[in-house]
Amino acid sequence: MLDLKNLTIEKAREGMTKGEFTSADLVSAYLKNINKKNKESNSFLEVFPDILEQAKRADEMIQKGEGKELTGIPFAVKDNILIKGKIASAASKILENYVATYDAFVIKKLKESGAVFVGRTNMDEFAMGSSTQTSAFGVARNPIDPTRVPGGSSGGSAAAVASDMALVALGTETCGSVRQPASFCGLVGLKPTYGAVSRSGIIAMGNSLDQVSPLGKNVRDVEIIFNAIRGKDVMDATSLDSSLATEGVGGGNTIGIPWHLFESGVDAEVMENFNASVEKLKKAGYKIVDIDLPYSKYSLAVYYIIMPAEVSTNLSRFDGMRYGLSKEGENVSDVYKKTRSAGFGEETRRRIILGTFVLSHGYYDAYYNKAWRVRNAITLEFKNIFKQVDFVLTPTTPTPAFKIGEKMDDPVAMYLCDIFSAPANIAGIPALALPSGLTKGGLPLSIQFIVDHFKENNLFQIGKKFEEML
Amino acid sequence: MEIKDIEKLAELAKIELTDGEKAKLLKDLDSILGYVKQIEVVDLPAQAEVPEYENRNVWREDTPELRDFSVDLITKQFPGSQDGFVKVKKIM
Repeated sequence: MLDLKNLTIEKAREGMTKGEFTSADLVSAYLKNINKKNKESNSFLEVFPDILEQAKRADEMIQKGEGKELTGIPFAVKDNILIKGKIASAASKILENYVATYDAFVIKKLKESGAVFVGRTNMDEFAMGSSTQTSAFGVARNPIDPTRVPGGSSGGSAAAVASDMALVALGTETCGSVRQPASFCGLVGLKPTYGAVSRSGIIAMGNSLDQVSPLGKNVRDVEIIFNAIRGKDVMDATSLDSSLATEGVGGGNTIGIPWHLFESGVDAEVMENFNASVEKLKKAGYKIVDIDLPYSKYSLAVYYIIMPAEVSTNLSRFDGMRYGLSKEGENVSDVYKKTRSAGFGEETRRRIILGTFVLSHGYYDAYYNKAWRVRNAITLEFKNIFKQVDFVLTPTTPTPAFKIGEKMDDPVAMYLCDIFSAPANIAGIPALALPSGLTKGGLPLSIQFIVDHFKENNLFQIGKKFEEML
Repeated sequence: MEIKDIEKLAELAKIELTDGEKAKLLKDLDSILGYVKQIEVVDLPAQAEVPEYENRNVWREDTPELRDFSVDLITKQFPGSQDGFVKVKKIM
């Protein structure tokens, strides 16, 4: 009997190399859990019919001695990442039957390494949401408490890993969409440096913000996935060569805490746990200093201008002509309107219209241009703070997982879930969310470390140390 | 913002809305814009006027290159097609 709960990528690979079990055995064990749990949790929108064949191919690679680090490892993949020949719907009615015509760069890399794709996971429609409740295919549930949300937008990916329906997962982040569900489900989530991982083959939401982001049960798994998927891709001009990453671990032991960012609006148990985590880090020899990030408090406001502007532009491609849903109309304009009205859900429409507004004549300067200038100030502020400290530490989210149905009629209350996520996305820097304990009611809590561009290795180092302090 | 502004934006975004949806959207946009408006009063340092990292175009030579896109899969995704072309309604 496989101990899925404590399984890691390295343990799984070792077991397969030694012949203790095969990838097919592993996949069958996860399938058993999927059959038992997915109906309620709605983590997977589709379990791929060819997973056992994929696993057998991986087993052959291993038998021939051609096994790599991720050969035979079962991945859950967010529904906005293209896998050639499989549906990629971004959990939207408008792409319900869209079959991907090529592999995303990250999928190509994982295929080369022999990874197994278990299925595509539920998410907020077009990754717009913080709870997986805007999915056109029903809400996903938090495996720790099914009356609560798993977070979002990569909620299905997080729920799948947390309930042992896959070993690890890929999600995407535009503003906290992996760190926040990692926090709600007790997992580790990494938002890489903007440009570290190619966005080719990812259904775009906000191009200046989007990053593919790995999810796992521990730091080492996330590190292995990140190293496997990062690197320069000619199909994404913003992607950068891996050699830009600081190869050795530069370490450093100074942690800056911007206390002023969470003076209010943070749940008491989250604060209590955060303070306890800071004490643990102090005891382990880290130097803790107070820092001031005066512009970062505007990150979420900046985000809710820049992101909808990019959304309204990006989603104009869904016109009922080239792919996806198409509704009959009297003329071209009528086809556009009927298709888009039938295909987009409420939150997606809200963001398209908001984006249309902030980009419109007369408002462009006050909103979009000003937001970019504040964004520059935030980027600069982090660049300067990293001359003084090695890490910035905050809680990952202001509250633990909330109840299904909550915040759905108040968009701003929902957006505030990502208040601590926003600075890293806005500044393009990497951040790692880590489990830091439980509430009295047993819900996962999380802290996040933020570092300067390309210092992911430092995140992994401190993350592993923090895991030992728990 | 008023209902007629929502109607104009919806027209620009090619989205049809019912009266109920318009009213809800007006309320939501008022509340979201009320939140993001806080950036209006932010005083910026002189350095913020120039981006910290300059954006530049990344070009490649304009020569045909093989890609592994599946033409068959692409054309299959067209809601309407004829002889390998996308079929659309008359524009003019």
